[in-house]
Amino acid sequence: MNPLYSELQWLPRAPREFSAKLKDLANAGGPLGPELRALASHALDLNQLTKLAKFIGRARSEGKLLDPLVPFRLAVLSNSTIDMIVPALVASAVRHGIALEVIQPPYDQVTQEALILDSKVNRSKPHAVLFALDYRALPLKLSLGDHEASSSTVRGVLGYLQTLRNGIKTNSNGVCIFQTFAPPVEPLFGSLDRALPGTLRSLVDGINRELADYVLGSGDVLLDVAGLAETVGLADWHNTQLWNMAKFSFSDELIPLYADHVARTVAAIRGKSGKVLVLDLDNTVWGGVIGDDGLEGIKVAQGDACGEAHLAVQRMALDLRQRGIVLAVASKNTDVVAREPFEKHPEMLLKLDHIAVFQANWNDKATNIQAIAEELSLGLDSVVFLDDNPVERGLVRQLLPQVSVPELPEDPAWYARTLAAGGYFEAVTFAAEDLKRAGFYQDNAKRASLQRQVGGVDDYLASLDMTITFQPFDVTGRARIVQLINKSNQYNLTTRRYTDPEVTEAENDPEVFTLQVRLADIFGDNGMISVVICRPAEAGVWEIDTWLMSCRVLGRKVEHMVLREILEHARAVGIRKLSGVYRPTDRNKLVVDHYAKLGFAKAGEEETGLTCWELLVEGANPQSAPMKVVSQGFAVSQIKESLA
Amino acid sequence: MDEAQIYASLTDVFADVFDEESIKLTPKLSAKDVDGWDSLTHIRLLLTIEKAFKVKFSTSEIGRLENVGDLVALIKARA
Repeated sequence: MNPLYSELQWLPRAPREFSAKLKDLANAGGPLGPELRALASHALDLNQLTKLAKFIGRARSEGKLLDPLVPFRLAVLSNSTIDMIVPALVASAVRHGIALEVIQPPYDQVTQEALILDSKVNRSKPHAVLFALDYRALPLKLSLGDHEASSSTVRGVLGYLQTLRNGIKTNSNGVCIFQTFAPPVEPLFGSLDRALPGTLRSLVDGINRELADYVLGSGDVLLDVAGLAETVGLADWHNTQLWNMAKFSFSDELIPLYADHVARTVAAIRGKSGKVLVLDLDNTVWGGVIGDDGLEGIKVAQGDACGEAHLAVQRMALDLRQRGIVLAVASKNTDVVAREPFEKHPEMLLKLDHIAVFQANWNDKATNIQAIAEELSLGLDSVVFLDDNPVERGLVRQLLPQVSVPELPEDPAWYARTLAAGGYFEAVTFAAEDLKRAGFYQDNAKRASLQRQVGGVDDYLASLDMTITFQPFDVTGRARIVQLINKSNQYNLTTRRYTDPEVTEAENDPEVFTLQVRLADIFGDNGMISVVICRPAEAGVWEIDTWLMSCRVLGRKVEHMVLREILEHARAVGIRKLSGVYRPTDRNKLVVDHYAKLGFAKAGEEETGLTCWELLVEGANPQSAPMKVVSQGFAVSQIKESLA
Repeated sequence: MDEAQIYASLTDVFADVFDEESIKLTPKLSAKDVDGWDSLTHIRLLLTIEKAFKVKFSTSEIGRLENVGDLVALIKARA
C-alpha cells in the first residue's frame, strides 16, 4: 500500500506517548477543543482513533466542553459494518475542527431509516446524512451487451438513491452526502468489461457518472469514494476476506484515510477549509537558495528533474489560485532578492501579481504568517503553510496550532502530491465568484506590517535540543569549507572567496585562527553551517577576515555562540581586541547590523557603506543560547607558542 | 521468536486495542474473560496483531481460534 495515503503522511507522526497524553487530558480544566485538535492532527492509526473517540464520548457524557470544536450531527446509513469506522469518523473530525456526533442505525436498514418519518435517523434531525453504500448494496444485474437493459439498471439505481434522498429531505431535511461506488476488482472478460454495456464495471461506471451529474444539480454533496479507491488502488481497497468475515466494505488499513475524507467533507460543508496557501520560497517554490545560488543557480526549469518538481508545486499553487485560493509568501530572505526570480526568471510560473501578500524578511515565520492572516482579514485556521524545512514547520505548528502545516518528504518530487493528498482545500461547491476571489485580495504582492512577535519562539528553540560543534579547519571539512566560502552570499560579512590551496594555507598557518561550525538538532544534522577565519593584525588583535553562516539556521543565535567560541580562543592566546569589517554587496544586507547586534563598537565607516567594528575581549560576554557546545581539535598551546 | 517474546508483544497489542494496561495474558484467556472483547473488537485485535507481527491469517485459521494459547501458537508457527 502506498504509505502516503494509508499512513496519512502529510500529517506528523503520532507522539509515542499518545495514550498518556490523552489520559492527562482527562484532568485538564477548561474546554478540551484545542488540545484534542492538536492530538488529532497527527497521523493516527485505527486503535489511536478509537481511543480518541472513546475519550470524547466520555468527556461528552461528563458534560465537558469541546469548544471551539463545531458540533455536527451526522447520520451514517450503510449496507456494511461501520462499527469500526464510526470512532474513526469522530476522531478524524476533531482534526478538522468538528465535534462530530454520529447517528448509527441498525445494520443494513438503509431504506427504512430514510423513508420512515420516526426512524432513528430522522428523529435525530441530523445536519447531514452519509449514504455509505458500496456496490453490493445495489441491485446490479449483469446484462452483457444489452445497452437498453444496462441503462435501465443504472436508472433504477439512481431512482433508488433519489428515493432515499427524498425520504431524508421530507422527514428530517439533512444535507445528503452520496458516495460514488468503488468498482470491484475482478474482471469478467478483461479489458472488454469497460467497453461492453452491462458488465459490472460498466454498470458501476455508469452509476458513478449519473450520480455525479445528479449531485451537481440537486445541491447534495458527493464523496468520491471511487476516486479515493482508484488513488490507493482497487486491489488494496477491497479486502474480500474482511467482507466475508465481518462485512467490511473496504480494507481496515484505509479506514483512517476514508475517515479523514468524510471529516474534510463535513468541515467543508461547515465552511471550515483552507482559503490561503502560504508558500516558503527557497527549496519549496524553487530548488536552491536564491540569496546564495543566485538567479542562474536556482532550479526551476523544465528539463531539470529537481526544477520540474518545484515547478509542479508552482503549477498546483496557480491552479488553486484559479479556483479562489489566495496565495501568499513567507520567506527568510531580503525582500528584493526574494522578488527577483518572480520578476526576472523566465521559467517561473508564479509571478508577483499572483501573490497577495509577500513577506520576505528575517523574522520568524509564525510572526509573518500572523501578519499575512491579519492583512487578508482571514482566520489563522484558514491558512495552509508549505515549507520544506522541518524546523520552520515545527515552529509554526507549535506557535500557531490553528495553521495547517503539511509534512513534506525529502524528495521535492512528491511535494505537490503530498499537499494535494492533505485535502486542505476541500470544497463541496464551486461558484463563478470563486474564480475571481483570489483577485479581490490582489494588491501587487504587498507587504504586511509586522506587529508584535508571536510569543514562545525561544522556548521552541530550546526544545530543538541543539548541539553546536566547533573545530578548526581540517582535511575532512575542507571541501565543504571551500564550498561555503565560495557560495555564501547573504550571511557573509566580507564575501572573500578563497580557493582550496588558500584554505589549506589558512588551515596550516599556526597564526591564523579558523573555525568550522556544525549544528545538529532533533530533526537531524544540519552539517557545517558556519565558517570563520581570524588573521593576526597588529599585536594582540585578531582581524575577522571571514565570517559566514548558512541562512538555514538563522534566528537560532548561532552567531552569538560562535562569537563566544572566538572570544574563548582569543583569551587563551592573549588577544585583546577583535576587529571586524562589513563589506556591503548587493546580497548581504542581512548582516549590516551583525557586529552591532553582537556588541561591537563602530570604529569607522566608508562612503561605499563599508563599516569597521571593534570588540574588546576583556569583559565581552555575548548572549548565550540553549544549545550543547562541543569544542574539539584545537591545539591551543601550539598557537600560543607560535604567538609568543 | 519464542513464546515469552510473543506474549510480551501481544500484551502491548492487547493494551493498545482494549485501551487497558492491566490485561494479563494466559493461554486459557478468551473473549468471555475480557470486558469489551466482542466480535468487532476481535477483528480489530486480529488486524492489529497481523500488523504488529507482520503476518496474515487465513479465514479458517481465524475461525479456529479459541483462546490466547491458540493465538500464540498460530503466531509462533508464522513469525
